Amino acid sequence: MGMLHDLIFDYTLRNVALGSAILGIVSGILGCFATLRRQGLMGDALSHAALPGVCLAYMITGKKTPIVLMLGAAIAGWIGMILILRIIRHTRIDSGSALGIVLTVFFGFGVVLLTVIQNGNDANQAGLDKFLFGQAAALVQEQVVTMAILGGIALLVVALFYKEFKLLAFDPEFARSLALPTHRLDLVLTGLLVVAVVIGLNTVGVVLMSAMLIGPAAAARQWTNSLSHMLAYSAVFGVIAGISGALISVSEARLPTGPLIVLSITAIVIVSLLFGSARGLVWEWARRWRNRRSLQAPPLPGESGTAVAEGTV
Amino acid sequence: MSPGMIIALVAVLATSACTLAGIFLVLRRMAMMADAISHAILPGLVAGYVLARGPNMLGAFLGAAVAGLLTVALVETLTRSRRVKEDSAMGIVFPALFALGVFVVSKYFANVHIDTDAVLFGEIALAPFDTLEIGGKSYGAQSLWVLGGLTILNALFLFIFYKELKLSTFDPGLAAALGFLPGVLHYTLMGLISMTTVGAFTAVGAILAVALIIVPPVTASLLTRRLPYLIGLSLVVGVVAALSGYQFAMLWKVSISGMIATMLGVVFGITLLAAPQQGLVAQTVRRRRQKRRFAMEVLVVHLATHEGTNSEEVESRLSHLETDLHWSTETVSRTVAGANESGLIRQTQDHLELTEQGRLLAHTVAAR
Repeated sequence: MGMLHDLIFDYTLRNVALGSAILGIVSGILGCFATLRRQGLMGDALSHAALPGVCLAYMITGKKTPIVLMLGAAIAGWIGMILILRIIRHTRIDSGSALGIVLTVFFGFGVVLLTVIQNGNDANQAGLDKFLFGQAAALVQEQVVTMAILGGIALLVVALFYKEFKLLAFDPEFARSLALPTHRLDLVLTGLLVVAVVIGLNTVGVVLMSAMLIGPAAAARQWTNSLSHMLAYSAVFGVIAGISGALISVSEARLPTGPLIVLSITAIVIVSLLFGSARGLVWEWARRWRNRRSLQAPPLPGESGTAVAEGTV
Repeated sequence: MSPGMIIALVAVLATSACTLAGIFLVLRRMAMMADAISHAILPGLVAGYVLARGPNMLGAFLGAAVAGLLTVALVETLTRSRRVKEDSAMGIVFPALFALGVFVVSKYFANVHIDTDAVLFGEIALAPFDTLEIGGKSYGAQSLWVLGGLTILNALFLFIFYKELKLSTFDPGLAAALGFLPGVLHYTLMGLISMTTVGAFTAVGAILAVALIIVPPVTASLLTRRLPYLIGLSLVVGVVAALSGYQFAMLWKVSISGMIATMLGVVFGITLLAAPQQGLVAQTVRRRRQKRRFAMEVLVVHLATHEGTNSEEVESRLSHLETDLHWSTETVSRTVAGANESGLIRQTQDHLELTEQGRLLAHTVAAR
């Protein structure tokens, strides 16, 4: 009961839990579309691409308020996304290479800007890197509220365009034949990933963001074959991983939140891969084993004793 | 050697080691595997540290190579189970391993200084001062030895297994049928990538190591389709970016690794725009030319269809084209002017008439 009491009344703990839960829901739901569209690693690239935006936002405004930095991150992430999609569309370069190029170059440029800020010798600059490597324990209420609003908007967009997004994820050719503006829908759906990334930067940080998008969705996929159920499972898994990781990290002061959240989601993925009700590996192994047993058939009528299956066929 | 010279040399050697390892990775469309490996080797480094009871070069290399191969094996096992797609498999495995590494470091080695910032960004500026010492004798900057060795190793691998790599990359089925053991080759390549990443990141940081693995080969692939040229051009692109990035970093007093990555981006961007065949500018020009050519062909076929029929009088009228072919006024005037210039049609006041040459073209187009 002590934990529950703290969860509601302790300021830090409440912020951490709420922030991680919001991230869990938003990335869980958007991650489903991303993984179905084979854009799982897009989140990784976009979160790295956000760095120069964060630095520039700080350099221009001189402020470190969450909303300013988040806006900068979002703009840079958006530009990175457009570049990735353009490169894939207009050249023979494969998607992995396009992601890798934007990821490393944007991040490298961000590091350059970081050193520019540090050269400025500004006492106020400390904490920018926290924004990138995530520090859930340092979440303030203002950030949590901003995250909630951004996440709410993202989920609202998903609700509004659910039918279109579903079609885009499973049969983009058919969507185009229905004269849906697939290119624009693609931009919106991928753009929502930027929102998820911006929310995630506060909590898990750049490096581990991709796990928050992919993990819950990949786990959810093992339990169901319906998209709406998958979204629900994924959101729940995201929240469970977020809150449990956050709680463990706060209860043991030395442990960083991001890695614990990711380890929680990894555990959920492993359990789902093995025991998921729709596609669990254990059930398949069991089925295969049973099939093999039934193939080592009982002796044919009229034959005595030994099975035929061994070597004679 | 002056420290500046050493830094430049370290940058060039890191570039050549990474780029040589990256060429076949990029050609196999597995670029993001470099990113995954660069993160996933962290637990391997920790394991190497524990087993060697302290910081140890050999321990780090072996640990990283094992962790890198483990990453590749896990991703492939997950993909082959057909429960998740390949990119998702990668996105699950490498954060999990990285998180495990960070977790172990922060829980058990909180007093050991393993700076994650330094791992990600690298501190090439310190390279000249980290010297290799054997038996109390100094042999110069350690990074030079490590990266030089990796460059030679990767170059030898490319040179010796060139034929095998080429075949197993472009036709894995045939390679397997001929008994070239594509699996062994594949894992050797991945092991080399892991070791190169480790060797490079102590000097230039993980992110730049990945940039150096991916960006030069992709840039070169926009310029040529021939493998030997691709290898040469990749090295040129990498070295140009490394040296110019180093110079700019000195000039503006910013991060050297960051600036080299930025210059890689600049070189890639310029190539993407201006490459002679595949560049975006060339593509746009080509597409526009094709569009104009096609419009002219439509015009001559249109005129030829109605030539000598009752409707010729109406159909050959210039003002009729807009409604009949659904062309804008601009398209009409541009196409007619173009066709006139190429001697395909003659214009008499408002009427268009095919020339012999135009008639010929109309027939070839219609016969297609």
